[in-house]
Amino acid sequence: MSTVLEQLVNKPYAHGFRTDIEAETAPKGLNEDTIRLISSKKNEPEWLLEFRLKAYRHWLTMEEPRWPNVHYPKIDFQDIIYYSAPKPKKKKSMDEVDPELLRTFEKLGVPMNERAALAGVAVDVIFDSVSVATTYKEKLAKVGIIFCSISEAVRDHPELVRQYMGSVVPPGDNYYAALNSAVFTDGSFVFIPKGVKCPMELSTYFRINTEESGQFERTLIVAEEQASVSYLEGCTAPKFDTNQLHAAVVELVALDNADIKYSTVQNWYAGDEKGVGGIYNFVTKRGLCKGANSKISWTQVETGSAITWKYPSCVLLGDNSIGEFYSVALTNHYQQADTGTKMVHIGKNTRSTIVSKGISAGRSNNSYRGLVKIGPKAAGARNYSQCDSMLIGQQCGANTFPYIQVNNPTATVEHEATTSKIGEDQLFYFRSRGIGAEEAVSMIINGFCKDVFQQLPMEFAVEATKLLGLKLEGSVG
Amino acid sequence: MSATPHLDAPQQAGKILLEVRGLTANVAGVQILKGLDLTVRAGEIHAIMGPNGSGKSTFAKVLAGHPSYELTGGTVLFEGRDLLTIEAEERARAGIFLGFQYPVEIPGVTNSAFLRLAYNTVQGARGKDELDPLEFDDFIREKMKLLDMDPAFLDRSVNEGFSGGEKKRNEILQLATLEPTLAILDETDSGLDIDALRVVANGVNSLVRADNAFVLVTHYQRLLNYIVPQYVHVMEGGRIIKTGGKELALELESRGYDWVLDEYKAAQHAALNSPVNDSEDNPGFPPRPPFPTPTSLV
Repeated sequence: MSTVLEQLVNKPYAHGFRTDIEAETAPKGLNEDTIRLISSKKNEPEWLLEFRLKAYRHWLTMEEPRWPNVHYPKIDFQDIIYYSAPKPKKKKSMDEVDPELLRTFEKLGVPMNERAALAGVAVDVIFDSVSVATTYKEKLAKVGIIFCSISEAVRDHPELVRQYMGSVVPPGDNYYAALNSAVFTDGSFVFIPKGVKCPMELSTYFRINTEESGQFERTLIVAEEQASVSYLEGCTAPKFDTNQLHAAVVELVALDNADIKYSTVQNWYAGDEKGVGGIYNFVTKRGLCKGANSKISWTQVETGSAITWKYPSCVLLGDNSIGEFYSVALTNHYQQADTGTKMVHIGKNTRSTIVSKGISAGRSNNSYRGLVKIGPKAAGARNYSQCDSMLIGQQCGANTFPYIQVNNPTATVEHEATTSKIGEDQLFYFRSRGIGAEEAVSMIINGFCKDVFQQLPMEFAVEATKLLGLKLEGSVG
Repeated sequence: MSATPHLDAPQQAGKILLEVRGLTANVAGVQILKGLDLTVRAGEIHAIMGPNGSGKSTFAKVLAGHPSYELTGGTVLFEGRDLLTIEAEERARAGIFLGFQYPVEIPGVTNSAFLRLAYNTVQGARGKDELDPLEFDDFIREKMKLLDMDPAFLDRSVNEGFSGGEKKRNEILQLATLEPTLAILDETDSGLDIDALRVVANGVNSLVRADNAFVLVTHYQRLLNYIVPQYVHVMEGGRIIKTGGKELALELESRGYDWVLDEYKAAQHAALNSPVNDSEDNPGFPPRPPFPTPTSLV
């Protein structure tokens, strides 16, 4: 029956190459010594080591979450490398960056140095946990913006990091956040001072390179009063047969009238068509609309990873603050995704919008899980949620788990959900008009995702559109 | 209104566009087409009528290349080319068009984007120029006038939320856009009120040329008041059992199908008992009904 559909789901992972760079690597395993090693390698202040150790001790008391609708063998946390850095060499300019590394970025299409200048993108590149190159820093510094790695921020702006790190996602928030808090190696730090609109899109490309090295990124973005910033995160990883754990924490803080837009296109290795290998992506992303009239908007296009467990959320504390979540999650082959958002309304007249588009193909399983919580003081709060699922073929699954808790009678909460299917009949309709099946699927998917894609910055929207096409492309004949 | 000008002129037999011989096809293991024969020449309009379940829609879908049907025998030549070995999209590019009985809804894809991609794909395959969005907009608005369609349909998702009549108009709009050589319209008249039927029929009539042909699958003769066929075929049990001129449709309307079946059974019985008749080309099948010459119709 669905032979055409079955053929539509196979495209080799284009980013499956591996860079040969000597890495300085900690022995496998996790204990307080590992944490002390990481902290000393990074010359961290005592308070940060304490932060890590406290998180680690708390983590030891915690249980891995079992509620997500995903299945995988038990992770052996003693079998993971927690620190791996390219051999340290002092670099004065981009010319000194390992050419092999630059070629890697080139293959990935990362816009760096000149290309970054042309694209107007400032890139803070994370390569196996250590920041190797940061561009545009000076230009941004002129308007008071800090855009650097977390390690540099700890060194140069310890008071800011200390004030905000852990303020949105506390070290003991959940199992993976606690793990991250204990062992995070690097990540990005963005600080937009009062009244400043960031003049360009900020972008970080993450990349997991060393086999079996877990990657624990930590990102912190703070927008002070009246500040605004748009941040792009793009992710790819080379292919390895063993599953790799990725447990990141992203914290956003928006003060009065501040506006943060955070966009992700995630294309990590998803395993092969039989479900072997691939990244476990267990991420905690949360934004705090701390000030009145602040706004945090998450846009994500999730196409990679063997397992995705991720709920970019907004805590709407300030009165009249706004939270948004726009998501496309595509799963194929044996991928599993349990993703969605949490909108926690605390302040008065807070508003949130959720638009989630799940696409399942192959034998994959795609779940939307979302919480809308209206607190007792959130008078006049409003939420609108729309969760649409699309199934391609007969063997995939889609689920929607909406949780709605309303504790204020003046709140308005709307939830809409649809499930549709790309069936043989739809494809035949296209084909009978001369349009091939692949083009038809791509046209249907892009139509389905339109509401989310139009939230993405232009260059990302183009990338996302292509990416979805690639993920579903096959040998249709 | 029912004018089909080409019929008024003395006819030359056009070149053969479609030649179906002994076509058999299954769906889910059940044989639906059981040896179907049909020849369609350029400049002709054929109507295929018949009771429910006789295989009319299956035949239409098989011609267009629907993947759900398993072809088990027979041949289909389109302009001399073996149609059964090429995919549905290639058939469309080669000039086959199927007007759907139940047009499919495609949420999120606008009618204009869909029509333009279809048009440009087909044009490209025919070695003709493609149109950019602005040129296409002019082009498609002209076509819509022909069908009395509101240009607002261009911005709506393909068939989504369309009424039955709007969906059928949209099919004819696609027909007008793609200008196929052979159009098979599967119950285009069902679900249309009399005004919509007239609009759709006028649209089809305006597309009739000496170098293309139409096959209308229909239950009702009323469509044939507006689009006048030269040939009316009765389909039953997966094959064509009787062929006549346009007056056959009127006769079917007043007398039903039973008499045709009886006649067919009697003929088949006679054939089985006559060793002379089933000797050669079609053992087990009825003799192919003689086609009336076009001049006998006017």
